[in-house]
Amino acid sequence: MESTAQQPIVTMISGPVVKARPAHRFSMNEMVEVGDERLVGEIIDLDKDLATIQVYEDTTGLRPGADVYAKGLPLYVELGPGLMGEIFDGVQRPLEILRGKWGDFIRRGKTGTALPRDKVWQFTPSVRPGAMVLPGEILGELPESHLITHRIMVPPGVQGTLEHIVPKGDYTLDDVIAVIRSPSDKIHELKLFHRWPVRKIRPYRERLIPSEPLITGQRVIDTFFPLARGGTAGIPGGFGTGKTVAQHQLSKWADADIVVYIGCGERGNEMTGVLVDLPKLLDPRTQRPLIERTILIANTSDMPVAAREASIYTGVTIAEYYRDMGYDVALMADSTSRWAEALREISGRLEEMPAEEGFPAYLASRLAAFYERAGQVVSLSGKKGSVTLIGAVSPPGGDFSEPVTMHTKRFVQCFWALDKELASARYFPAINYLQSYSVYISAVEPWWTEKVGNTWRTLREKTINILQEDSRLQNIVKLLGEEALPDDQKRIIEGARLIKNDFLQQGALDPVDTYAGPEKQFLLLDVILHFIERLADVVKARIPLFRAMELPVVAEIHRLKFTQRGDDPGPFKSIKEQIDKEINALLHRQDSL
Amino acid sequence: MKGILEYIGLDRISGPLVVISGVRGVGFGEIVEIVPSDGLSRQGRILSISEDVAVVEVFEGTSGLAQPTTRVRFLGRPFEIIVSKEEVLGRIFDGLGRPLDGGPVPFRGERRNINGLPINPVARAYPQDFIQTGISAIDGMNTLVRGQKLPIFSGSGLPHNDLATQIVRQARLLTEDEGFAVIFGAMGVRHDEAESFRRSFEKSGVLKNVAMFLNLADDPTVERLITPRIALTVAEYLAFEQGMHVLVILTDMTNYCEALREVATSKGEVPSRKGYPGYLYSDLASIYERAGHIIDKQGSITQIAILTMPDDDITHPIPDLTGYITEGQIVLDRSLAQRGIYPPINVLPSLSRLMSDGIGEGRTRKDHANLASQLYAAYAHARQVQRLASIIGEEDLSATDKLYLTFARKFHDRFLQQGADENRTITRTLELGGELVMFLPEQELTRLKPEEIDQYGRIKRLAVSH
Repeated sequence: MESTAQQPIVTMISGPVVKARPAHRFSMNEMVEVGDERLVGEIIDLDKDLATIQVYEDTTGLRPGADVYAKGLPLYVELGPGLMGEIFDGVQRPLEILRGKWGDFIRRGKTGTALPRDKVWQFTPSVRPGAMVLPGEILGELPESHLITHRIMVPPGVQGTLEHIVPKGDYTLDDVIAVIRSPSDKIHELKLFHRWPVRKIRPYRERLIPSEPLITGQRVIDTFFPLARGGTAGIPGGFGTGKTVAQHQLSKWADADIVVYIGCGERGNEMTGVLVDLPKLLDPRTQRPLIERTILIANTSDMPVAAREASIYTGVTIAEYYRDMGYDVALMADSTSRWAEALREISGRLEEMPAEEGFPAYLASRLAAFYERAGQVVSLSGKKGSVTLIGAVSPPGGDFSEPVTMHTKRFVQCFWALDKELASARYFPAINYLQSYSVYISAVEPWWTEKVGNTWRTLREKTINILQEDSRLQNIVKLLGEEALPDDQKRIIEGARLIKNDFLQQGALDPVDTYAGPEKQFLLLDVILHFIERLADVVKARIPLFRAMELPVVAEIHRLKFTQRGDDPGPFKSIKEQIDKEINALLHRQDSL
Repeated sequence: MKGILEYIGLDRISGPLVVISGVRGVGFGEIVEIVPSDGLSRQGRILSISEDVAVVEVFEGTSGLAQPTTRVRFLGRPFEIIVSKEEVLGRIFDGLGRPLDGGPVPFRGERRNINGLPINPVARAYPQDFIQTGISAIDGMNTLVRGQKLPIFSGSGLPHNDLATQIVRQARLLTEDEGFAVIFGAMGVRHDEAESFRRSFEKSGVLKNVAMFLNLADDPTVERLITPRIALTVAEYLAFEQGMHVLVILTDMTNYCEALREVATSKGEVPSRKGYPGYLYSDLASIYERAGHIIDKQGSITQIAILTMPDDDITHPIPDLTGYITEGQIVLDRSLAQRGIYPPINVLPSLSRLMSDGIGEGRTRKDHANLASQLYAAYAHARQVQRLASIIGEEDLSATDKLYLTFARKFHDRFLQQGADENRTITRTLELGGELVMFLPEQELTRLKPEEIDQYGRIKRLAVSH
């Protein structure tokens, strides 16, 4: 151990945790390869003479005495063209290529590179040789998919005089496309891709306060608990409450340029569902398959646990990279609980002192650090981009007081609580409108008022009041039945029912209802509220409420969400007129009696 | 360093674990043969290994082992079994894959590591072939599809075994010409339960297509950790090499989890909820995820795991973590069972996540999804009305709510309730569902399209006029 040339070897193996010696050959968070099969791992602890390695693959058959190879770099991802539309595992191994190589089952060991080296990209430079370039500056661009133009940037940390840049033409990832001489006379040869450590946030110039909504096409979210570009949201819900469907809906319809979807410790068949759906679905704005703007990270529950821990960092790093090009990126992590459990599992194997429920004491700080990577920024290139983080949480037994849900609640700005009762009545999305919240309401109000309708805020507040009043009355109804209520209170119950059935409830499988743009949301709510307000006249005239609920227009209101896309306000207007006509007729008939 | 290494003497024996020191050249997870002085060898697996100490879990338990005289042979390979169609189907084995039926030990097939490998998500085909089980609560409202893992959450004393055998007998999957097999893995199951499964397979004439792996209640606990993996290894071979449709029944997963807890505790691991190890989720996933369909391969694995919820508590870690991995669950309910309803399926907490792609036009019927959704909404409301009625009495309910009470009764008596041999077609199930919703006033049917309401109304009027 005196010699620095001593080859490090494995001394102990317990599942994904491996110890190696001598420790001084490694640095913290360095990437290593273990054994003859070169299993990928990361140094997570350095003690006097022992290094602890978290191995991202199955360690069965690994023996003490096996060689460990230090890679000299922290765990990194490759950032460059070829990411879009691909599916990777938690440590960026390309799953399609893996399948081509080894067949239908995932084996372990070396895989080659994350991004294809043989693919040719048509690069167009946008700066001239001799220019001074700064970190993050855009050197040129290339078409990555029909939807995404990939901008090639000077990697963070590199600057100087552009000595050479290639002319417009076809290049592969291995070609040097530019040479930069730094002020200290160091030569940097740039390629179309660079590497970046996953656990390190990518630098930006300035952080902005989120102010634009990220439209998701889901009414209960956009109208009641809106998310902002660059914001954070948590979706907690027990199993079967529709968490995954909600995440899928968001990844399909969220108004972002790019979606990164991380299946972290989730079901294999569900991941397949995403893979089958995305190429078939069309982006409502561009009419191109959604897969062309989506990057998938899949580390299903039967894949190695340590890679599950890494998967959310892999995903968020890729998201930041596209943010730096000036894109709005939405990242869905399903589920952060599985990530936290991976953390717990590894911590347990390290025999660390556990905090709540066996989770390590650093759970809260890791969660906080993850959600801090969201934000709308001015990137180093001067472009505005954002990363919006949406994390699903799977609380054990649906109990929101468990550590992961509790801590997530502290760090997210939108909280969409999924409800078991609603889910068992197949009421979807099962977002509980009393428990959920969003702190972005005031931030996005100017946008709604200006772009959609100037009564947005009042409409929203009136609706929430009705729902709250309804939940208070429901307590009485539970004890005494609906019949016991006077008509003005029944109006609230009936009104809330309309809001719940015809507005909040939204069918993910219905071709029209699955996506509702802001205009449709506004118009639909406006119609429903108009009806509820007119019901007050019926009550005032002492007409039994059920007679108003039997009017033909009620069925028309039910139908609206399935038939209208909201691009034409006409039908909504005529329903409003019909409401007035029928209610007036009802009132008139009463008068003439 | 290849080949077999033999050591004499154990350093420590603790619960199901033994510790051996001075060991070299042995790999993590490899298999160990432990030979006590009486010569009857036992099997074990390496749980952790350092430069000189190996911790081994002994599947048959450590009782009777003596420290100085026990010999330990390190076989230098992971736990493997030999799989083949001919030598495995129609047979009965113990929990470690040794024949119990007096037949020969399989030797002609292919050697396979029982831990399997994760299926690459891009290689999976999305399951969407409807399986008719003949049980209305499942077919109509929680449809099972080929390649799905749908467990039964039950409680002690509830008829989950009857339900499982009824599914095996009736599932359409089994009556088609394509090859099929049933793999039965029992963990800590009583003799009579195992026997009644065997009889039921025999009665329905499928026995020659069944392989049973039995770890019975009085068999060693640690062996339970191996049994489901052996069963699934055989299933994978039959499904993905032989192109058969395989139905795997695993019972009782609660016993499996308890064995896991026992080993974890003996190792002195930091416990998580209720003393179960922190990796219970990953461990269960390594079993449940071994189901599915692969692109361009004919066969499939459909998994029905049975677990008894301790104290009927669905939030207990075992059902809870299971529900997060499987594609839904069928929940049995004690109060329904006490009212004499069979199968006592409580549809409200039950769920089939793959249902929406397995039903509809060309698979079952076009209106299936809406009808199921309407039945759910109506039944959920009906249960609320039942609670209300128990407080204020039935008389004071509104006219509509009284209709909901009728709906709930009809739902229990006509839809849920069926004989243990009653095999309902999907058409019959949907007809029944359509008749039921027509007990409710039309404005309550918000999940149905007007033309669907018309259709059910016509059918009902027809039924009444007959």
